Amino acid sequence: MALKTEEMVLNMGPQHPSTHGVLRLELQIDGEIIIDVIPHIGYLHRCFEKHAEAMTYPQIIPYTDRMDYLASMYNEFGYALAMERLMKIEVPERVEYIRVIMGELQRIASHLVALGTYGADIGAFTPFLFCFRDRERILHLFEITCGARLLYNYIWIGGLSHDLHPDFIRLTKEFIKDFRPNVKELNDLLSYNRIFIERTANVGVLPIDTAINYGVSGPNLRASGMKWDLRRDDPYSVYHKFDYEIPVGSGEKGKTGDCWDRYFIRVREMEESLKIIEQAIEQIPEGDVKSAIPKRVKPPEGQIYTRVENPRGELGYFIISDGSLNPSRVKVRAPSFVTMQIFPELCKGFMVADVVAILGSVDIVLGEIDR
Amino acid sequence: MMYDWLYNLTGSEILSMFVVSLLPLFVFILPFALFAVLMERKVSAHMQDRLGPMRVGYHGILQTIADIIKLLQKEDLVPTATDKTLFNFAPLLVFMGSYAAFAAIPFSGFFIGSKIDLGIIFIVGVTGLVVAGILMAGWASNNKYSLLGAMRAAAQIISYEIPTLLIILTVIMVTGTLSLYDLSEMQTPYFWNWLILGGPAIGLEKVLLIPFMIMGCLIIYTSTLAEVNRTPFDIPEAESELVSGYHTEYSGMKFAMFFLAEYANMFAVSAIVAVLFFGGYQSPFGYLGNTLNLPWLIPIEQFFWFTSKGLFFVFVQMWLRWTLPRFRVDQLMAFCWKYLIPFSFVILLLVGLITLI
Repeated sequence: MALKTEEMVLNMGPQHPSTHGVLRLELQIDGEIIIDVIPHIGYLHRCFEKHAEAMTYPQIIPYTDRMDYLASMYNEFGYALAMERLMKIEVPERVEYIRVIMGELQRIASHLVALGTYGADIGAFTPFLFCFRDRERILHLFEITCGARLLYNYIWIGGLSHDLHPDFIRLTKEFIKDFRPNVKELNDLLSYNRIFIERTANVGVLPIDTAINYGVSGPNLRASGMKWDLRRDDPYSVYHKFDYEIPVGSGEKGKTGDCWDRYFIRVREMEESLKIIEQAIEQIPEGDVKSAIPKRVKPPEGQIYTRVENPRGELGYFIISDGSLNPSRVKVRAPSFVTMQIFPELCKGFMVADVVAILGSVDIVLGEIDR
Repeated sequence: MMYDWLYNLTGSEILSMFVVSLLPLFVFILPFALFAVLMERKVSAHMQDRLGPMRVGYHGILQTIADIIKLLQKEDLVPTATDKTLFNFAPLLVFMGSYAAFAAIPFSGFFIGSKIDLGIIFIVGVTGLVVAGILMAGWASNNKYSLLGAMRAAAQIISYEIPTLLIILTVIMVTGTLSLYDLSEMQTPYFWNWLILGGPAIGLEKVLLIPFMIMGCLIIYTSTLAEVNRTPFDIPEAESELVSGYHTEYSGMKFAMFFLAEYANMFAVSAIVAVLFFGGYQSPFGYLGNTLNLPWLIPIEQFFWFTSKGLFFVFVQMWLRWTLPRFRVDQLMAFCWKYLIPFSFVILLLVGLITLI
């Protein structure tokens, strides 16, 4: 006699320890096997895009901070870049260097959160605190620079709100020196742990053509084996002056594009970011960071799309100006939003525990999905 | 021992029985749980570059007492949609299961709740109540996470009892006794007589036994870890997946019961490992009481050695918890059925052959 089984709908979130924010997942499960996943988003919707239309251009910057709150520097970076291209502002070299340093520090901080929480999702809690210990140093660097630890309002249109703190270069060098052994420690503790590999290798494989079809970008795309990084392929700021690798997933522990690849690509990107920061603080020129800031931001009529390589992928700003003090439209292409769409594809056929592993590995930030 | 002594002292059977049965709770389990919770927090904190609780008392030593007071003050919340009888009974059952196990644990030659001949089988049997309690809690909570957690727990605990029992059987074959007291007495007070080093056997047999005993010890330690739901086998609770599994809906004192049972269980299984392979309450280097000719000192020393061994294994459990990630439910089962059980069978067979020599 065949046993009668029934499918169950399990509501995961919006209050759940590992949905990384207020994401609600409707899981259809057969025992522990996932039949279907329906993500419900919008719990963190703050009308950023509509709000922006009622603001002057500089007033929008603090709002961009609140989109991807783990990579606020990079959101500002992208917005400032878009506005400068729209207004054709030439930015002093020093500003560009500081922006790159801040952006790469932010990338490390953001990846540290991603890796640490991923460890916690898989059940290892200690790497989480090790990662946060290192992130704390970076936040301290931000704090001495602009006074804020999470939402900076630091990168302005045409410049920066403050020049670097006199201690900044020294502290950054110390951080880089201390951080390299910590990456190795993380690898020993988590990346090459047998149980961790068992849990993540061959789970949630994202084939490269699916990734491209859906428009996935950033580390998730690179983990699938595509060497696509906007810092190299659509260069902006001073990134062309530095020498660094673009890591791609190789399927070292399983199939290319599995959770382990997506995890490990971030570890390697942190090391590359360290290289960029090292070169940048060697080459950084003198200058006035506020000299190019316009007194009144009133761009000419027109539109611009600018994209930058945010820690989570391609962050694009589409700004339409009607020549007044307020934008006519600000549209954001959020990398997490695109990544979220592949999520049901990745989960089908795996188990409840794998949903958590896959969700952690694609590294979404709900603030950016909902905006 | 304790019972006879009390009986002679008071002359009342009921009173002495009452005292003996309550002693482990007040003398050992409650203080141990208080201490172990603090220990867990401090161990994890220092492994993670933190300090842990620091506010209540010197270095936070009173923290767990404050926590217990908080839990006692909490409203005894029973969600509407639950099966109330089962919901209220489940924590008691879980706690009973782990508490009853302490009846047969030999803390010293003197302080042992009940010197039953089937001690080890009694412990394995009575901890089976925990599974029933967990299933009951998961079912009665009327919560999908609780139910999933309870199903996982039942599957896991029952599966991992098999290798545990097989290894216990191996030990029984070598020693020929099921009584934990006799087992401890057999491993007389020097560490080369411990069963992990072949026990009281001599010559070739001892040498042949050592590798199997070490393997058996590792297997039983692993599977008891799974039986008490500790990382890397904590999938019934799996905080990141199932919120907190079968005790998601519990709060206040009922939650504290589960918590207490978990820590009591941790010590109980550590005690089993200590008795089976590490000489139980026997000292590794002989007794001070013997050399100084102070016989009353020996039980105290034995108690000290027993708790130290138990605490050491509890510490290893904590160490593993804060280092390792968690298995997935199918990997967990595969690990048990594909590796632990076949290996235990091989050990059982070969040790059987060795004892025939």
